[in-house]
Amino acid sequence: MIPFARNVRLWFAPQRIREEGSTPDYRFSLANERTFLAWLRTALALIGGGFAVDQFLPDLRWAWRVGLALALLASGVLCALRAVNHWVRAEQAMRRGEDLPLSRFPTVLSLAVAVVAVAMVVVVIAGWEG
Amino acid sequence: MSGRDPGLQPERTRLAWRRTTLASTVVAVLAARNALQNGPSAIGLTVCAVSALLWLGFLLVAHHRISTLAATGRPTALAPRHATAAVLYTVALALCATLLVL
Repeated sequence: MIPFARNVRLWFAPQRIREEGSTPDYRFSLANERTFLAWLRTALALIGGGFAVDQFLPDLRWAWRVGLALALLASGVLCALRAVNHWVRAEQAMRRGEDLPLSRFPTVLSLAVAVVAVAMVVVVIAGWEG
Repeated sequence: MSGRDPGLQPERTRLAWRRTTLASTVVAVLAARNALQNGPSAIGLTVCAVSALLWLGFLLVAHHRISTLAATGRPTALAPRHATAAVLYTVALALCATLLVL
């Protein structure tokens, strides 16, 4: 968690990133930026999914509806925060000429989305029968 | 600058910003629809106004970045505060959604 806190300061300070290493080819920075934007869109899609669960499954029991919606919204928030954090780390690694940071986040997010999807199928089928 | 960039990198990055703006528009519209579903209420109107403002903020960040990318042949990297601003607008939209869901 400490490296994360150190990175949070970098989120706001453009000059601190430029203090070390050398500026990489601008095309690498732009590719990093596009990856960041793709993660941000993923986050927005998860948030939109939270709205959709709330809006389009009104017959669901309150606890299930709110639980699924909150799970999607929370994963959207996590995804957005992680997007900027990963972008900063990749930018730093490129300046220092190090390897790009590895991450377990894509796996965790895939598993979480799979669990929510299965839960939704089960809940909707159970809702029809009940 | 030596001719055109063979990868069209600035162009692709501009389009990525446009796609992301579009995604945030969808979320903001869903928020407004959800907020005003049961007729206008104080909370509903507030959430609607806040998400409109958040969407506007996102639009400004995206517009600023798109014009920077379009203006220069060798664009500078994205400023961290702009990345953070875009992320914070997204997180705030999610918080609006949480208010509506509960």
